[in-house]
Amino acid sequence: MSAPTEITEPVVTAAVDAALAAIDAATDSVALKAVRSAHVGEASPLAALNALMRSVPGDQKAAAGKLVGQARARVNQALGAREAAIVEAEATAQLAAEAVDVTAAASTWRAGARHPLTLLQERVSDVFVGMGWEVAEGPELESEWFNFDALNFDEDHPARAMQDTFFIDPPEAHLVLRTHTSPVQLRALLGTEPPVYRIAPGRVYRTDELDATHTPVFHQIEGIAVDKGLTMAHLRGTLDHFVKALFGDEAKVRLRPNYFPFTEPSAELDLWHPTFKDGARWIEWGGCGMVNANVLRSAGLDPEVYSGFAFGVGVERALMFRNDVKDMHDMVEGDVRFSQQYGMAV
Amino acid sequence: MRVPLSWLGEFVDLEPGTTPEAVHAALVSVGLEEEDIHRFELTGPIVVGQVLEFVGEVQTNGKTINWCQVRVAADGELAADGGPAIHGIVCGAHNFVVGDKVVVTLPGAVLPGPFPIAPRKTYGHVSDGMIASARELGLGDEHAGILVLGDLGLDPEVGTDAISLLGLDDSAVEINVTPDRGYAFSIRGVAREYSHATGATFRDPALAVTATASTEVFPVSIEDTAPIRDRIGASVFVTRVVRGVDPTRPSPAWLIARLKLAGIRSISLIVDITNYVMIELGQPIHGYDLDKLTGGLVVRRAQPGEKLVTLDDVTRTLNPEDLLITDGSGPIGLAGVMGGATTEIGDGTTNVLIEAANFDPVSIARTARRHKLPSEASRRFERGVDPEVAAVAAARVVQLLEELAGGVADGLGSLHDATPERAPIDLPTGFVSGLIGLEYTREEVRTSLAEIGASMTETATGLAVTAPSWRPDLTDKWTLAEEVARIVGYDRIPSVLPIAPPGRGLTRTQQLKRSVATVLAATGHTEVLAYPFVAEKANNLFGDPASSTVPQIKVANPLDGEAPFMRTSMLPGLLQIAHRNLSRGSTDLAIFELGSVFRPVEGVSYGSAVVPPAAVRPSAELEAKLNAGIPPQPFTAGIVLLGNTVRHQPGQAPIAASWQDALTAVAQIGLAVGLPILVRQGAHKAMHPGRTAELFVGTDAGELSVGFAGELLPAVARGADLPAVVAVVELNLSAVFAQVTGELQATVIGTKPAATQDLSLVVGVQVPASDVLTAVREGSGTLLESIELVDDYRGTGIEAGQKSLTFALRFRAPDRTLTAAEASDAKLAGVQLAAARYGAHLRE
Repeated sequence: MSAPTEITEPVVTAAVDAALAAIDAATDSVALKAVRSAHVGEASPLAALNALMRSVPGDQKAAAGKLVGQARARVNQALGAREAAIVEAEATAQLAAEAVDVTAAASTWRAGARHPLTLLQERVSDVFVGMGWEVAEGPELESEWFNFDALNFDEDHPARAMQDTFFIDPPEAHLVLRTHTSPVQLRALLGTEPPVYRIAPGRVYRTDELDATHTPVFHQIEGIAVDKGLTMAHLRGTLDHFVKALFGDEAKVRLRPNYFPFTEPSAELDLWHPTFKDGARWIEWGGCGMVNANVLRSAGLDPEVYSGFAFGVGVERALMFRNDVKDMHDMVEGDVRFSQQYGMAV
Repeated sequence: MRVPLSWLGEFVDLEPGTTPEAVHAALVSVGLEEEDIHRFELTGPIVVGQVLEFVGEVQTNGKTINWCQVRVAADGELAADGGPAIHGIVCGAHNFVVGDKVVVTLPGAVLPGPFPIAPRKTYGHVSDGMIASARELGLGDEHAGILVLGDLGLDPEVGTDAISLLGLDDSAVEINVTPDRGYAFSIRGVAREYSHATGATFRDPALAVTATASTEVFPVSIEDTAPIRDRIGASVFVTRVVRGVDPTRPSPAWLIARLKLAGIRSISLIVDITNYVMIELGQPIHGYDLDKLTGGLVVRRAQPGEKLVTLDDVTRTLNPEDLLITDGSGPIGLAGVMGGATTEIGDGTTNVLIEAANFDPVSIARTARRHKLPSEASRRFERGVDPEVAAVAAARVVQLLEELAGGVADGLGSLHDATPERAPIDLPTGFVSGLIGLEYTREEVRTSLAEIGASMTETATGLAVTAPSWRPDLTDKWTLAEEVARIVGYDRIPSVLPIAPPGRGLTRTQQLKRSVATVLAATGHTEVLAYPFVAEKANNLFGDPASSTVPQIKVANPLDGEAPFMRTSMLPGLLQIAHRNLSRGSTDLAIFELGSVFRPVEGVSYGSAVVPPAAVRPSAELEAKLNAGIPPQPFTAGIVLLGNTVRHQPGQAPIAASWQDALTAVAQIGLAVGLPILVRQGAHKAMHPGRTAELFVGTDAGELSVGFAGELLPAVARGADLPAVVAVVELNLSAVFAQVTGELQATVIGTKPAATQDLSLVVGVQVPASDVLTAVREGSGTLLESIELVDDYRGTGIEAGQKSLTFALRFRAPDRTLTAAEASDAKLAGVQLAAARYGAHLRE
């Protein structure tokens, strides 16, 4: 296209028409860029027309200026509109091209899980912490005095032989793997002046071979409260609250007379729930009672001044009837599929 | 303890038709534990028959069988199975004659097994039923021949129901007797408990027999010169003599059936009677053949080296603590545990000396345990036998020997009774209500105590209660409170929630334990729980980085002899679990366990030879000593990773688990506890020499080693049946937690623009990147906000033995926009320090 030499309406119109046709023909941003350069760039007819304005005589300047100005405005407006349409279309096309199958996403993380036995112990602890109790701990490898003597197990008492104890070599050192979490009772009482309200979850040991319902290494939760004026009614009240918190409002507790060296009176703790797997029924869950006067004495407390209650329940057993775990093997074998059923909550 | 219901019903009213289940439920409500129900598992028709005639027929196998005609119903009547009055039955036994009354199981009957009876073609006849042996009926082990009723002294009518005749319709409940309730090891005791549970009338069998005194003294002397724990071995010793017992008399069927249900095999009439009385009254009885005794009896402790052949024909070397019954010939019995062979009641015994004694529970328990001889007698003595029932029980044996065995009591006997008087227990008014939290009336307290057999008198402050002789467990007011609460019923105790004083929540350590577990699980690790029992060599391998052995704790009585040691490391258990998962098809694993390891210190002797007494608080010094005697048990994290960390997926190549994942987990734990865990190149004999980190935390006394992480030696991994690359972490969390103060000093978060610069330094390949990074950080001063390693380049352009480390640095001033020159100066200060420390220079 040769550059125009004068500003006339036909010349301007031709330049505008050529520009609009080119704009219309551009379908992507690259083409549009070329059109912009050709029709409004420095070398374009419209730029040349603009340059001719300098040589237009003064009396014609207004009319020529109007002619060229309007022409440029029309072309620029068309360019703008076209550009917006192309940007929009290209963005849409890009989004369409980026579509994925969200159900086939690659995960760069693994699913982990907590073990339900530890989760359950934490949950029980939380229930008691909510009641103002504190969580107590003690060693798994324990002195015989803490595990037996201080808890009123006489060295010749049949109950002591019944405990199926793992003894540490040499036996004269009087060390055992604790047979229950009850030694933590003593440790709590020796360490603090009453009132003492403690919950002690932990691992315990007995010489039972592993089978569907027994394991030599298992977990208990022990509770102890020693204060002035505590009664067996307080024990029942605590257990009632505990089982409702853990199993739901319909859960019930029954106490049956039993014998434990470290409590007097002693009771078996039975639990009832309407939705247990084999139907509503009573299940033996643990032992409890009023702390034996000799246990208080072992802690240097006067049983005429203080009284207390204690209870102990099995964690594995709770998991069995609460979550319908049928075989103890599942809890101890460490098969990841077992823990992964629970994820992060029990 | 097994309790036949017919026997129980003799001493307490049992409603007709009471089921064993109902009896169980009643007994459980007063504190006995339900164990089992025992029955003779048979159903009729089983009747008395009379052998009318039989023909012996020799078979091709050489055996002779008898083809018998047996009358099972009166003439003209139908038999119990609806068949004819006379049945033809094939019988292989030969211990009968024509006219004998026998037990016939008719078609339709079912014997224990179950073994249903039907007409059967055999030996060329149709045998229309079976003539039963004692064993087939579940009555005993006798199978040498059929049961001939005449041998039991029975001559019932033909057609009589043999099930009720022989007591086979009885059943027994089995209960577990808690150690404080020795008296419940008797029908007498259980009947009393049943009465407590149901209110049914109780008739004490101990009051049904009068203990007559003997006129002529059988010499017995108690010579216990070494009482255990100051208790004389025998506080009561009663003897009685019965002569002229007919040794051929059989035990009656009802007695055999009751003993059988009670779990005791019938042996001979005399022995059966002593066992019967033991079950009935709870008093173990020993019978001697009087004619085999040499002079009187002396009860004494064994002398060192003394031996005794017990009834089971085992020669036992005695311990000076063993209490013995001796006569002129030497030891003739382990008192309260088992008799001796030389004076045993035998087939020819006609004159019997009966012993009913009360032995010290501790002495008996120790002897029974020492000789591994738990017996019906020792079980009762260990839990305490009513000292007042000995003379009654001896008289009851005399009575039965006279009634059933044709014996005659003579005047010979003895009665030694040194039972201490029972001191009354002071029970203050209101004590029971105050302990139980239920207002008991005066009447309820008194009636409950009277019901269990206690006697009481009023005192100024309450009651003086004397416990019954069979309740040695009632020793203080608390034990009496339990009796009142249990007789009135535990179900009456109200529910009152006590208000604990405000608590402080979880301790910091308890919170940290949870944080670690949560973070590990949230970052893809699965929690497992391993048994802490391991083999010695596993402890030695993982328990110390360098030393070939580690001090460790051994269990004296392990279940698994292969793994008798307590773990010193979490890894052996986790590797086992990893292998188990792998064998079940879980090939990509990231597992962890948080728990105790047992780390005795070399040269320290743990435990304590002296166990302090019960019921007294140990002195502070002794308590400290007990605690010092307990080996350290640090709370430890173990992690095992293998297979892929990221699995193969669309657009995603698999990423194998490696030492880097182990270190990532360590960093995640550091994040969970809010304390950086420092990583240094390390070495451990179970670990890959080039891919092992030692882990540290900073303390006031410098850096403390708290564990290791990296990859196992491939040989160790293969030894655990695992793939060659297994990444692990072992971290002593107790040591980490100890450094967590939780009182972080917050820094001001700068908002002025940052200046970022990259820095490439060339150093020797042996210089750890983290050391170079630390040097740059320290040298750059406070303007350096963060520094990260972004590249480690070796090869073209870098001299051999050198590497180029590239760091991304970000500088910021708190109060102004930094100029590029300021940032560069700070960076160059860092370079200078790295150059001084490690010879680092800027990459050209």
